[in-house]
Formats: sequence, C-alpha cells, structure tokens
Amino acid sequence: MKDTISKLNVLAVAMGSLMALGAGAQTITVTSWGGAYAKSQAVAMHEPFAAKTGIKILNEDYNGGLAEISAQVKTNNVKWDVVDVELADALRGCDEGLFEKIDASKLPKGDDGSDAKADFLPGMVNACAIANISYANVFAYDKAKTGANSPTRLEDYFDLKKFPGKRGMKKEPNVNLEWALMADGVAPSDVYKVLSTPAGIDRAFKKLDTIKSQIVWWSAGAQPAQLLASGEVSLTSVYHGRIYDANTKDGKNFAVVWDGQITVPDLFVVVKGSKNVKAAMDFVMFATSTKPLAEQTKFIPYAPARKSSLALVEEKTKAWLPGPAQKGRGFQTDAGWWADHADELNQKFAAWLSK
Amino acid sequence: MSTQTMEPVTDSGELKRKLRKAESRQRLRAYALILPLFVFTLLTFLVPIGLMLFNSAHDPVVHDALPRTSALLEAVPDGPLIPDELVFEALAADMKQAVEEQSASKVASRLNFEESGLRTLFMKTTRRISQLQEGPWKEAFLKIDPSWGQPKVWSVLRQTRNEYTSDFYLHAIDLTRDEQGAVVRAPADDRLYMDVFARTLWVSLLVTLLALFVGYPLSYWLAHLPAKTSNLMMILVLLPFWTSLLVRTTAWVVLLQKEGVVNSTLMSLGLIQEPLVLIFNRFGVVIAMTHILLPFMILPLYSVMRQIPPSYVRAARSLGAGPVTAFWKVYLPQSMAGVSAGVLLVFILAIGYYITPVLVGGAGDQMMSYFIADHLTRSLNWGLASALGGLLLACVLALYALYERFVGIANVRLG
Repeated sequence: MKDTISKLNVLAVAMGSLMALGAGAQTITVTSWGGAYAKSQAVAMHEPFAAKTGIKILNEDYNGGLAEISAQVKTNNVKWDVVDVELADALRGCDEGLFEKIDASKLPKGDDGSDAKADFLPGMVNACAIANISYANVFAYDKAKTGANSPTRLEDYFDLKKFPGKRGMKKEPNVNLEWALMADGVAPSDVYKVLSTPAGIDRAFKKLDTIKSQIVWWSAGAQPAQLLASGEVSLTSVYHGRIYDANTKDGKNFAVVWDGQITVPDLFVVVKGSKNVKAAMDFVMFATSTKPLAEQTKFIPYAPARKSSLALVEEKTKAWLPGPAQKGRGFQTDAGWWADHADELNQKFAAWLSK
Repeated sequence: MSTQTMEPVTDSGELKRKLRKAESRQRLRAYALILPLFVFTLLTFLVPIGLMLFNSAHDPVVHDALPRTSALLEAVPDGPLIPDELVFEALAADMKQAVEEQSASKVASRLNFEESGLRTLFMKTTRRISQLQEGPWKEAFLKIDPSWGQPKVWSVLRQTRNEYTSDFYLHAIDLTRDEQGAVVRAPADDRLYMDVFARTLWVSLLVTLLALFVGYPLSYWLAHLPAKTSNLMMILVLLPFWTSLLVRTTAWVVLLQKEGVVNSTLMSLGLIQEPLVLIFNRFGVVIAMTHILLPFMILPLYSVMRQIPPSYVRAARSLGAGPVTAFWKVYLPQSMAGVSAGVLLVFILAIGYYITPVLVGGAGDQMMSYFIADHLTRSLNWGLASALGGLLLACVLALYALYERFVGIANVRLG
C-alpha cells in the first residue's frame, strides 16, 4: 500500500515537473524547516509570489546545518535555490562562499513608505542573508499546576526554593550560559562581555550548578512541551512557538515567562550556483516585504523582521510575538560571538555535564 | 579438470610440472572466488579505517591555504614569539590568495579549534588586509587588531602549519600546548575525554560481566533441555535479536520511565512511595545495553555447551567429585571457548555503542561514540573525531592483544 502511494507520488511529481516544463513556467525550490513554520511560509509567501510572477515554488524540508548545502555547492549540483537558515549558519556559509551576495539596496520599501534599511530591525539584513522572522528562547510553566504561585522573572527559573521541581533545559551551552549570567545579576548588554572572560564562564557554570541536580535535558524542539504536559518538569526552556501550539492545538494551559527571552532570527539565503539566481533573488525580496511578513504571523507567532509588518499584525497575535514589546529583559543572540566561542564552550559544557 | 585429456606420462619431471600447473590453477580459482569478499572488506572496512587514521594525523588546512607563512615559520622554528615584518608580509599575501580561493573560512575554523576568537580575528583581518595594497604590514595587522601582537595567536599558527600533526591525539587525551609549543595538561575544566574513555570502558566491562552472569546459566539450561524444548526456547532468545535495536531501546524507556510499567507496578504493590529514577541514568544504560547484547553472549555459549559430552561430568561425579568440583574442574574449562567468544563479542560491541546510551542515558552517561558523532556533525572537527576513533580502535586492539596473551585467541570458538 505504502509502495503504491510512493509510486503514485513519484508519478505525480514527474507529471508535475513535465507540466511545468511544458508550460515553460520557471520553478524554484525553497527549503525550510517543515511543520507549521514551512506551512506559514507557503501560504503567506509562496502562493502570492507564484500568483504574481508565474514562477512555481517547490517546498523542501531540512533540519538545518550547512552540510547538505555545502555538498550541493561542492558537487556543482545545486537543487535548492533558496534556503531558510539560522543566523550562525548564514554568517558562516557566507564566509565559506556557499551563498550569493544579496544587494540590500534592492530591498523594497516598507508599505508605510519607510526606507528598507530603516524598516528592518537591527541585524536582520546581512551580506548574504535577509531575515524573515525571529523566534525566542523563553521558559514556560503549566498554569494548571502552579496555581497562584507563578514564576514571573528569569531568577525564578533558578530558584529551587520558591519553585521546586525539575527544570527542562536544552542540552547546549547557548541560551543556558546567557541565562545563568542574567539570573546572577549581569545586565543583558554585558552578558557576552562577561562570558568572554574565564571568570565569567566560571560564574555562569557556578550558577548552573545550583540547579544541575534538577535538570532534565532535552534536545529536540518538540520535547519540552511534552515534558511539561507529562508533569516530568515544572519549568522548562522552550521555543515560544511550541507553547503557542500546545495551547491552541492541544488545549493546554501553559504560560510563557518573557523575562530573559533570547531571540534568534531565521534568514533566507540564495545558494551559490543556483540555476535560477534571478528568480530566487526576486523571491527573497518579495518574501521579506511588508505584507507577506505580516501575513505569516496569522499562522505562526514569530516576530516579523520589518517594523512596518509589525504594525499590521492582529492584536491577539501580538501578545505572542517575541521582541522588546514583551515585559522584562531580553536580547538577540550574538551569532558572531558564538561562532568564535562555540568550539571552546561546547567542550567545557560537555565536561561540566559529565562531572 | 575433467575435460583434460589424460596423456600417458613418461618422466616424473613432467608429472611434477603438470601437478604444479593444476595446483596453481586451482589456487587461482580459489583466489578468484574470495576476490569479491576481499574487495568488499577492503572497500567497506580497511579503506575507511585507513582513511580515519590518516585523517587523525593529517591536517593540511593551514599548510595549504597559507603556504608562504607556513614556509617562513618553518624556516625559523625558534624565531621570536611575535615574528617580524617579513612573516606579516607573507601572511598578507596568503590572506589575499585565501580570499580568492575562498579558503579563509576553513583556516579560520581550524584556528578556532585551538583558541576561541581566532575565527573572527582571522576573518576580519583577511577582509581588511585584502583591501590594502602595500605595507608596512605588521603595523597594519596590529592596527586591525592588537591580538596579532600576542604570542598565543602565533603559537597556534606555528602549531597548525604542519601538514601532519599529533594535535588531534593530544586533544583526545586531554593534553594541549602552551605558548612555547610544549605539551602540557589541559586546564581542569577542559579535560573531558579521559573521563569519557574510562566511562566507556567501565560501562562496557559492566555490561559484559552482567551478560555473562545472566547468559551463562541460561545457556547451560538451554543446552541441557531436550532438543524440542530448547529449540522453542532458542526462538525466545532470537526473537528480540531480530527486533530492531531502536524498538528494543525505546521499549526500555516505556518500561523504566517515571510513570512507566515498573514504577507503577512497584507503587501499586506499595513497595515504594515515590517513583524510582530508573532511566536517563547509568542504571538505564547498563540494563538496556545488557539486554540488547545478551544474544551475542548466549549464542556462542549455547553452541559450545551443546557439544560438551555430558558423560564427562558424570564420570567426574562417579569418581567422587562433588557437584561444585565437577562443574569447576570439568565443565567450566570445556565451556571456556564459548565464554571467551561471548565476552570478546559483547565487549567489543559495547565499547562502540551509540544509540542506546543516547536514548536512555543521562548527560553524564554518554560514551565515546557520542562525542565522535558530535564532532563529525556539529563542530565539524573531523580530525579530533578521527583521533578519538583511532584511540578507541587502539583500545580494542590492546585488549585483543592482552586477551591473546592470557587466554589465547585460538581458544575462542563460536560453535
């Protein structure tokens, strides 16, 4: 049965591409992260782009990282024209010559008439990559279980007396070390400066030591919401969209503490050696213009990269968007800093874990 | 052979020649028959291991991308900690070339494995230097970033300039180099791999002993049942053996988790009040690995035990030996071949185990293969991953040699 379906699929794809060839329509492949996120892009960006230009868009999913892109570029067999990557990969891939340079002066103006340069939030326009959204690392709890005694600040995540119970935490040094320092009293603007010194790293690990015995480690994005639902943990770090999903789709009563939010942008890049560079560039310009970015928030509460898009977001969604509008401290991850320190801190983190 | 015509043979020299010819033809045919297997082993086993070992010592990035600088640093091995204008000029020329060849990022990544911050320093400097037409270069470098005046940066360059290196192996046993290039122990909070090695060996040993402890009596029982019953029982041993590794591992998660079968049974029986922590720790890893590797212990034990004639033990008993003596002096020595095979198999499989510890272990229970995989996929430090793999291989070979020395590999029998 499954076999028949896959054969049918192959047939359908083959016929689809034949028809595309027959009609002479151009096709580009846009690769993203799958799930609700890719769906939001398909509806808000791909469909209107195809309607406007007649260029068809094929969706592909991947799990991040540069390995596949690098293989395509090196073997001169580029199948993906546009890829949605994380900031750290965008910077590294640009350095390694995996992406086409993007002329930022060609970015369209915001719908409110503002210049593109001023319209994009800081850090969203890079030499090879234009951001579409930001998501946030936050911590969350189950309202049904905490009752009146609910956490409100990042310090509460590290406070085992006031909020006893296990903590869900991602098994990676980033976010955790920044949180540890902020909860230990370091100002958000100084976090990376302090973390650049050996004493600062020590201080962060010492703070993590205080809750180490209570940590349940997670690694896949879907895990923390499950840990929270099963009662395995009472507080957990999580990508904020997952909590929104659990509440709206599974009827959970989870809440997010925005204090300490660390946002991470996702960006579009055009793969070097793409056979459709022009169409791919057009797509990136279109997808990151005001309207598609605003549309996207109807399907997933990620913060659009343009200020002019933010103005068009529905009120009820705004409560879920990460960014300075939320209460408390927060900042955008410093991908450049992490590119320098990831090797060292991954090792220190692994050593700390096994102690 | 049969098509050959049998001519009358006149002298013995002729006979010998014909015999040799026939023999060599046979030998060639035998070689041809094993050729596919040999090619397969070569391509899937020997070549990858060879490549891995080569990779663990081969470090061409800096040597190839910065040829002028490498040559100069090599020419004056004991030069000043901060080199002079000549070297800076060479580095500038190399950087310009690296930008053209897009190899700068590779060099930056390689340098950053040794010292945090060198990635940005190198990329930033490369970008600015490639805009400059002429020197003085040393001044220009120091103006871009004063770090170029620090001995550490240059010691890393000196250390990585060689095409062949022992650095990955040094890292793999928690050693590092100081600014003068001397080998020293890594700072305490950077030491990781020796602990991981000890942990890997310890868990493998524990799993092997447990498997032997459980597997020996079971195999004995199976081997002494009537054939019909024992065949049926053997299926029960083999059934999990044929089940996917992942399924068996996740089955343990279901059984042992906080609200799993074991905990809820114990709690409903009133034996415990709070659920026990049975999984995502060392206990879970050892239990799940023992279960998964048990067939590799039982199968050789069983097939060896089946061949032990029961009359020997009976003879010993009839000559006055007690049950313990008869077992210890007569039965056990005859089953040693199976014990050896089982222990070797289980231990060698356990030492490279990956997915089970990842799924049922806690943060402090990950074995060597986890770190190898991590360096392959995430940090992309393939040299270090290869060196860790090389050490693991050396470990297994050393144990094998020890085994050969004390037990003798000729004594290992799978059936």
